[in-house]
Formats: sequence, structure tokens, C-alpha cells
Amino acid sequence: MTMVKVKLKLSQIEEGDTLDVLLAEGEPLESVPRTAKEQGHRVEDIRKEGEYYHVIIRK
Amino acid sequence: MERKKLSIVCFSGDFDKALAAFTLATGAAAVNWEVKMFFTFWGLNILKKKTGRSLIGSGILARVFNFLMGGKRNLPLSRLNFGGMSPFLMTGMMKKSNVATLDELIDAAKELNIDFVACEMAMHILGVKKEDLDGHVKDVVGVATFLDASKDGHILFI
Repeated sequence: MTMVKVKLKLSQIEEGDTLDVLLAEGEPLESVPRTAKEQGHRVEDIRKEGEYYHVIIRK
Repeated sequence: MERKKLSIVCFSGDFDKALAAFTLATGAAAVNWEVKMFFTFWGLNILKKKTGRSLIGSGILARVFNFLMGGKRNLPLSRLNFGGMSPFLMTGMMKKSNVATLDELIDAAKELNIDFVACEMAMHILGVKKEDLDGHVKDVVGVATFLDASKDGHILFI
């Protein structure tokens, strides 16, 4: 469901805008950046802040 | 790049199996697969506009049958149903674990433009019309059309 939500959000933002995805430790941390890249988006940053990770995706 | 295709035959009207079907469907659509869901027999209950028990259909038997089967709110758990209590308890547990509920998955499937098609023969037997089903149902088709639309893809029966 994480990727479903990310995909739907990405479809709502404009080309060139970024999406900041907040993720906990786990499988989506691997699959979200990988899938975003496969679909032609750019993963600009993955950084840990406290308990969560920020995955920054540019459409 | 050619998109991968997944077609799911949703035969079961069990709550847990519907969850499995929609989880797979939305997951595949999220990674850009072309997804179709073919609803037949008990699976049609998931898509009835009337989500509770109602006398839809033509003919007394069909009406009684549809009443007894009910809609999305009446889907039983395939095991340990406890007279219909379990799906409610399960939904509560899913919310608590921050997992998408069946309603959320169905909404996501629509937003991801997953094709919903309904089985012509099952609808004929049960006296269910296209108007009785969710507006997202694109077509009412037979097996031949479904197979043709699903060729070169994976087909799952749930």
C-alpha cells in the first residue's frame, strides 16, 4: 500500500516538483526508491531523521 | 517499455480473499502493471452498490439469493467468521496496524485506473444488472473477451 500511496501522490504533483516520503524501517524503504527510479523519477535524497527516513523524489 | 499485465479473476466473495485480490491488484498497478479485475459469482457481491442486504435482481429466487448474500458489508471471513463478527474485528485490527482496509484498497484500485469488468454469465444467473454494480465497472463481458484482454499476461484466480 505504501507504493500505491506514493504513486497516487506522484500523479497529483507537477513535473519538476518534489515529494518527501516519510518511511519507517522496512521493505518500502527499498521498494519505493527503486520503483520511483524505474518509473522515470529521480530520487534526490534518502536521509534518516530520528526514527524515520525521508525519501525525496523529484517527478 | 511494454507494461506487464495482471488479470485477477475475483470469484470469491470472502472478505479475506477480496483483501488479497485488491492488495495484489493495487500493488501491481503501483509498479506500473496493467491490471484488470474480472468479478464473477460471489465476487460480484464486493461491487454491489447496495453494500448491505437488499432484494436486487429479477425473479423471486434471485432476489432472495441476493438478499442472503448481501453486499460488501456482508462479506464473510473464509474461516472463523463467527456469524459475521470477524470481518469487523479484522478491519479494526488492520486499522490498528496501519494496514489499508478493504474500502481503502477498492478506492485506491479505482484511482489507479484498474479495470473492473463483471462476468456476464454470473450476472445473468443471479439477475444482477450493471446498474446494480459500482459505477467503476467498465464492461460486462464473457470468458472469451476476458481471456483475449488478458493474453500475454498473468491470470490469477482468487
